[in-house]
Amino acid sequence: MSTLVKLSEVAVGDELPNLTMTFTRADLVKYAGASGDFNIIHWNERTAKEVGLPDVIAHGMLTMARAAKVVTDWVGDPGAVLEYSVRMTRPVVVPDTDAGVEVIFGGKVGAINEDGTVRIDVSAVFDGQTVLGAAKAVVRLDA
Amino acid sequence: MGMNRDMVGFSYPPSRPYFVSAEKIREFAVAIGDENPAYVDAQVASALGHATVCAPPTFPIVVTMNAMEEAFHDPALGMDFTRVVHGDQKFVYTRPIQVGDELVVTTIVEDIRALGNNDVATFRTEVSSHGEPVVTGWSKLIVRGDDA
Repeated sequence: MSTLVKLSEVAVGDELPNLTMTFTRADLVKYAGASGDFNIIHWNERTAKEVGLPDVIAHGMLTMARAAKVVTDWVGDPGAVLEYSVRMTRPVVVPDTDAGVEVIFGGKVGAINEDGTVRIDVSAVFDGQTVLGAAKAVVRLDA
Repeated sequence: MGMNRDMVGFSYPPSRPYFVSAEKIREFAVAIGDENPAYVDAQVASALGHATVCAPPTFPIVVTMNAMEEAFHDPALGMDFTRVVHGDQKFVYTRPIQVGDELVVTTIVEDIRALGNNDVATFRTEVSSHGEPVVTGWSKLIVRGDDA
């Protein structure tokens, strides 16, 4: 393993670089195909509205996947991630537009654990509101 | 109609093996918008100490969601899949998934509890390759009860 950031360089409260990512309908179709999650609410507006959603929504797992990039870009080695967990608190609503919508992902060093691992608290904000709750990754950094 | 609490602790038979290819990892990486070289370039992955290209942290969902489908449709569990919302997801990694893995998933009904009018079911998915553990997932699914 070889991480870009070393344990000796980090302190609780350090912020990881933000990442803004666009979600379009095409992205949802692509993710449906790659993940095998073909739930209709992620691509069919009529069905999404029938079940009470404002419009088509992104897969929560796509939001989780993209939020992880904040962590893996920072540590460099994706293999340094020991744990990763999120709560999907709000949907990312994706209208049928070329521009799509933006989600801003961030991360902060939440704790340096006794065993030398580091907890990163991850955030995801869409339309001014957080869409992932209690999102965190535990990583092992090089000494 | 709630879910069957007697199923807590039940372990479904292991899934048939899923063969991980470089192209599938690349397709997934492109789809999530994260073309980290470690996901697509074996030399970069090797320089990081991996045997070959590895998969993004959420790649295990490709096999765990598929494995959980059996439970979702099991009449004994009594889960109305048309009313399911994915609540929480957690992964604990032994190592990243990599090309050449033959992933086998064992799905366990870890917990079922009521939350208001809803049932909340937690499934533990233990993923191994060639008998060695790779990653364990926990998926908390909310089954919306009849509208009050």
